[in-house]
Amino acid sequence: MATTTDTIQELANQEYKYGFVTEIESDSAPRGLNEDTIRLISAKKNEPPWMLEWRLKSYRHWASLEQLNKEPKWANIHYGPIDYQDIIYYSAPKPKDQTNGPAEIDPELLATFEKLGIPLGERNRLAGVAVDAVFDSVSVATTFKEKLAELGIIFCSFSDAVQEHPDLVRKYLGSVVPKTDNFFATLNSAVFTDGSFVYVPKGVRCPMELSTYFRINAEDTGQFERTLIIADEGSSVSYLEGCTAPQRSTNQLHAAVVELVALDDAEIKYSTIQNWYPGDEEGRGGIYNFVTKRGKARGVNSKISWTQVETGAAITWKYPGVILQGDNSVGEFYSVALTNNYQQADTGTKMIHLGRNTRSTIVTKGISAGHGQNTYRGLVKIMKGAAGARNYSQCDSLLIGDKCGAHTFPYIEVKNPTARMEHEATTSKVGEDQIFYLRQRGLSAEDAVSMIVNGFAKRVFRELPMEFAVEAQRLLTVSLEGSVG
Amino acid sequence: MLSVRNLQVKVGGREILKGVDLEVAAGEVCAIMGPNGSGKSTLAQVLAGQETYEVTAGEVLYEGRNLLELNPEQRAREGVFLAFQYPVEIPGVGTAYFLRAALNAIRKHRGLDELDAMDFLPLIREKLKLLEVDEALLSRAINEGFSGGEKKRSEILQLAVLEPRLAILDETDSGLDIDALKIVAGGVNALRDPERAIIVVTHYQRLLSYIVPDTVHVLVAGRIVASGGRELALELEEKGYGWVETEPEPAVPAPA
Repeated sequence: MATTTDTIQELANQEYKYGFVTEIESDSAPRGLNEDTIRLISAKKNEPPWMLEWRLKSYRHWASLEQLNKEPKWANIHYGPIDYQDIIYYSAPKPKDQTNGPAEIDPELLATFEKLGIPLGERNRLAGVAVDAVFDSVSVATTFKEKLAELGIIFCSFSDAVQEHPDLVRKYLGSVVPKTDNFFATLNSAVFTDGSFVYVPKGVRCPMELSTYFRINAEDTGQFERTLIIADEGSSVSYLEGCTAPQRSTNQLHAAVVELVALDDAEIKYSTIQNWYPGDEEGRGGIYNFVTKRGKARGVNSKISWTQVETGAAITWKYPGVILQGDNSVGEFYSVALTNNYQQADTGTKMIHLGRNTRSTIVTKGISAGHGQNTYRGLVKIMKGAAGARNYSQCDSLLIGDKCGAHTFPYIEVKNPTARMEHEATTSKVGEDQIFYLRQRGLSAEDAVSMIVNGFAKRVFRELPMEFAVEAQRLLTVSLEGSVG
Repeated sequence: MLSVRNLQVKVGGREILKGVDLEVAAGEVCAIMGPNGSGKSTLAQVLAGQETYEVTAGEVLYEGRNLLELNPEQRAREGVFLAFQYPVEIPGVGTAYFLRAALNAIRKHRGLDELDAMDFLPLIREKLKLLEVDEALLSRAINEGFSGGEKKRSEILQLAVLEPRLAILDETDSGLDIDALKIVAGGVNALRDPERAIIVVTHYQRLLSYIVPDTVHVLVAGRIVASGGRELALELEEKGYGWVETEPEPAVPAPA
């Protein structure tokens, strides 16, 4: 008779669905990083001098950090040294034939995104969701751009924004994540290639989900995207990003920066479904995901909410945070992080309370299976002026099998005596008795485990936009590969 | 329907069942009584397919098939249902969602169409009424924060929805007050059917006043030491288990 352990192990054989490679000619920078690389990227993008200057300053700062060996080592993750000179920093699919006009998208690329479930063509594109599709270093298409423009909403690639809305970019770029913020953010500031830009004008509620789909294709290439979202007074927007990469035996670096700015009474909801290639069951290959995401709730009554479902990547290092500057502003962080096989995640959030009566909520669900190591690391900081600030944190860990690990590092700093803090943490195991109970009702062992895990993560899935909650649930089930009971 | 022959079971290396023989016919309500630690729950769990228990000898035939060869979900789909003594909590999984998934797994196995949420609702509402269960229970997570009584009622609700051929009730009366006991018993009685067998595992005769059994078997120290009709349960209530334990020739033949 097959035991539960066996049946759970059978899930190991499910493959990463997005591991294919698109055969496409690309225009790449030579390997390595120096000032010439920066100049090359900037020239490729035909950038104004101020942008190049910003990149160069960032690069010089990063080079000094690198020399001093300042790559952060404090996280609970283990990996070999990254050779920053062995990475290609720019790779763009070569435009095929320009005779039909430059607006034509390479059919090969359309087919790739179609395969990923992101149709970009006019006729079959996703209803109710505007998509910016980023392939390696460049944005290849943005849908519903004109329709959104009618409302004054700017949704375009970062490169286009530099050309078409330089004042907005200059005003807000680096205003939340300064270019000297940390090693990886500084690297990104020097070499970022594309990403999305969103501006929602005063009083406008964005009528559709905005979304960016990131795809790494080329080998040995790093992806360094940069996203900037500004919600002006009284506006609101919901934004979602998705990510996949081919299955390769070497590690690839992904170091992104996301900055969000919410002015008075504005609201930004940012959701991530991260499904980078996680490496194989022996831990070979996979994406190194070093990401800096931060929002500034600048205005009074503003709100920034992060929701993330992290199932991919060999290593995840990210702490989407909110600086609660405006009085009565609200910050939220909802996270599901799953590590299986040899995946490692050190993720959490930072909530920095500056304004009065600011409130933050943190709900995290870490799931560890196989040899996966899952760390929650969070900081809640109540500054002197943040009278009446409140925080609620709940960090739950679920273990599947006995070779994985869950770790929780909550840091709390309170400088105002009127603050109220609540912290709850639990660690549980998927119980054999739970699995037996469900099987006794007719469900297979696989369905039983998937039901238990999805139930555990439900509180976070509720925060996702409807269309994506279903996707997230399915992803979690598929990602449970190799979870040893 | 069910033939248990010389069943011997070890749990954690300890011998719990030492050769159990038991026949249960379709349409029969069979009570298994016994003191704490006699192996009643072990028997119930083994019949349901609990894999941590080691069957060392004997056989179990269910409708002529070797039950021990089937995994728990196969048994469930073939119509074996266990109402657990201690139903486990499964946070975040809604009771209605789970119950529909379970029903559909069973229906699929039987070649029936799966029910969508719209078809399922009237069916479950009818069963809720039968057991006087508040509909709010459906949207709560499985057994999470349920009172003892709610857990037991939820088990019987599941029994009523899944309509098994062989239902095993493990200490369903424990933790129930008298009102809840009557409701649960009413639910079980409504499920009495010539095609269905019900095994009621209990320590006390109290439940058997409401679910009147056709046969009663007494399990002591891993063996059936006495069998009879419902009067055996009453006798036990009066004299205690010490009586059968010391009885020189305990086996009263069960009525045919």
